[in-house]
Amino acid sequence: MTLDRRSLLKVGALGATALAAPGLLTRGAMAADPIRVGVLFSLTGGLSIIEKSLADATMMAIAEINAAGGVMGRPVEAVLEDGASDPKTYNEKASKLVVGDKMSTVFGSYTSASRKAVLPVFEKHNAMYFYPTYYEGFECSRNVVYTGAVPNQQLSNFIPWIVKNLGKKKFFIVGSNYIYPREMAKVCKILMKQNGAEYVADEYLELGHSEWGSMVNKIKTSGCDAVLSNVVGDSVVAFYREFKNQGLTHDKLPICATVTSEIEIAAMGPEYAVGSYTSFPYFMAIDTDRNKKFVERYRAYVKDPKAVTHHALESSYFQVFLWKQAVEKAKDTAADAVRAGVRGQEFDAPNGHVTVDADNLHTYLTPRIAQWQADGQGKIVDAYPNPVQPLPYVAYGETDTNLFCTAKGLDASKLKKS
Amino acid sequence: MLDVIFIGLSLGSILLLVALGLAITYGAMGVINMAHGEMVMVGAYTTVMGALWLKLGFLASLPLAFAVTALLGWAIERIVVRRLYGRLLDTLLATWGVAILIQQAVRLEFGLSFFGIHIRGLGPGLQNVTVPEWMTGVVTIGGDQVNIYRLFIIVVTLALTVLTWVLMYRTDIGIQIRAIMRNPRMAAACGIDVDRVNALTFAYGSGLAGVAGVMMSGFKTVFPDMGTSMVVDGFMVVVVGGVGSLIGSVLAAGLLGQVNGGVAAVTNDILARAVVFGLVILIIIVKPTGLFSFKSR
Repeated sequence: MTLDRRSLLKVGALGATALAAPGLLTRGAMAADPIRVGVLFSLTGGLSIIEKSLADATMMAIAEINAAGGVMGRPVEAVLEDGASDPKTYNEKASKLVVGDKMSTVFGSYTSASRKAVLPVFEKHNAMYFYPTYYEGFECSRNVVYTGAVPNQQLSNFIPWIVKNLGKKKFFIVGSNYIYPREMAKVCKILMKQNGAEYVADEYLELGHSEWGSMVNKIKTSGCDAVLSNVVGDSVVAFYREFKNQGLTHDKLPICATVTSEIEIAAMGPEYAVGSYTSFPYFMAIDTDRNKKFVERYRAYVKDPKAVTHHALESSYFQVFLWKQAVEKAKDTAADAVRAGVRGQEFDAPNGHVTVDADNLHTYLTPRIAQWQADGQGKIVDAYPNPVQPLPYVAYGETDTNLFCTAKGLDASKLKKS
Repeated sequence: MLDVIFIGLSLGSILLLVALGLAITYGAMGVINMAHGEMVMVGAYTTVMGALWLKLGFLASLPLAFAVTALLGWAIERIVVRRLYGRLLDTLLATWGVAILIQQAVRLEFGLSFFGIHIRGLGPGLQNVTVPEWMTGVVTIGGDQVNIYRLFIIVVTLALTVLTWVLMYRTDIGIQIRAIMRNPRMAAACGIDVDRVNALTFAYGSGLAGVAGVMMSGFKTVFPDMGTSMVVDGFMVVVVGGVGSLIGSVLAAGLLGQVNGGVAAVTNDILARAVVFGLVILIIIVKPTGLFSFKSR
């Protein structure tokens, strides 16, 4: 069979029309111009394990908004792009969405590397980026809305709680060797000092490495009474396994982690983590109707009755609603209007009540501590009575009365003093 | 002190476990098999799938993984490697391609995920392998606590090394393999069926990787990319030990393991890794053919 270029184009056009047809139908039914937004996560590559679930949660939120009548009566149309686990691809796709498709709002990114890669695009062309992941802080962009936790929201309750309730005084800080665990360690040390505890070591293992023999042996001989883990990714599994294999138990020497979530627990087998602790604003086990229904809806949406939900996934979901309310408040979808509208915006998310800080565009979240159980779920043993203010520069001396990042931008002079 | 030596020994045994198969395929056949890490991965996934679908225990999956990866290795030799003997760089590229194919086959569930069909135990996510309860924990030897799982790895590595040594130096096929190592054309002239022996050697080397995969699955994370970093370590051992020398690989793995464990105990893991690589560079500069090598004719 021979195909010349012209007939190929025809076939292509026909195919495209056929594919677009269902979309056309719903659009006709809504009878209004759709609002187009970008969704940018890695659907391929190593990070797709996590990022695919974030994209699913975002698309689910958009589907729910559309089912309830859209935003200002207009349907939301998502353009999904694949960042391919590669910061350079992220940058190209962000340019495509912001410059090519003229989107004023994009939801996306899991790693800090990918966020840093797209940041110049959003700042240069003045578009808004909604970022759902917990991260190390130290950023103050007027073009990003941060809906994940910053270090003070994972640690400010965690370390005092460990010291007070578990009676632990000597910490071994361990993490993967890159910026997030290192910034977390800085905050840990500040909090340990404030609470009369000390750290005996601060050690790192290369990201993606899983040979924990020497490290766990060091933990064993260090004389510490608690381990504070900022270990990330697949090495988490090997860490907990080695910990048990070397005869350490969480009732005597608990691992207190900031990144270990339901996903890693399932992969390692819950028996390795029983009794250890994690601090996150969201756990799948949060016992409220709103969360249970959210988990149910998510499982139905991805057609997987065993799918797990986690912190960044939940943020991916509720941040779309924050955007919706911001647009409806400002009655405009342009970036400046969304930014003005989103300041102080509130929403009842599955984890509880969330508020976007009017100054730094980070989100008030409720820190929680969970102890892992034999069924692979966290039992929530402590929750803050109220959502905690996000302080992205807490490692450099930022406090709630002395903000570094305000609506006017970053006050660099305060940063230098610390 | 004893605990540090034990960790070093354990690190060495893990290195050797992966390198053993490579020592055979690279050493005996002159094929840079970049898919070796993927064989380890397939071995690990065999454990996952065996437990999920056949209700196999952890130890029972050892022979199964050997069979599966040996068969896969045999097929790769027949389809790809056979056509590329004597073209070192081409085998590198071709087997790298094979490695990517295998990785994606696991990640995309053999393409079924495009049709919305999901196979439990495959896919891009992390997989869970259950290890028998008696293997997790410690035994006390001479006042020091020793990790049972690591002890088990050392035993398995030792057994496989002895088995390989017997195979290479005490059997007819071993003599044939060694003859091919020295000079394949002369071996063929003496009536050795080089094609058949090569296919068997490659299958055996791959099978060893499969066993390594089962051992890895018990204490590392099982996911499609897991083999990529291991193949680098494997080549490091083979090159330092001297291509084609079994005893060289054993000693190189032991040396690198002890250096890694020792430096990590005194300073930290990141520095230990750098020191190991530095040592490898130094050895290659001083002895380009590795610690133990023979002259091939």
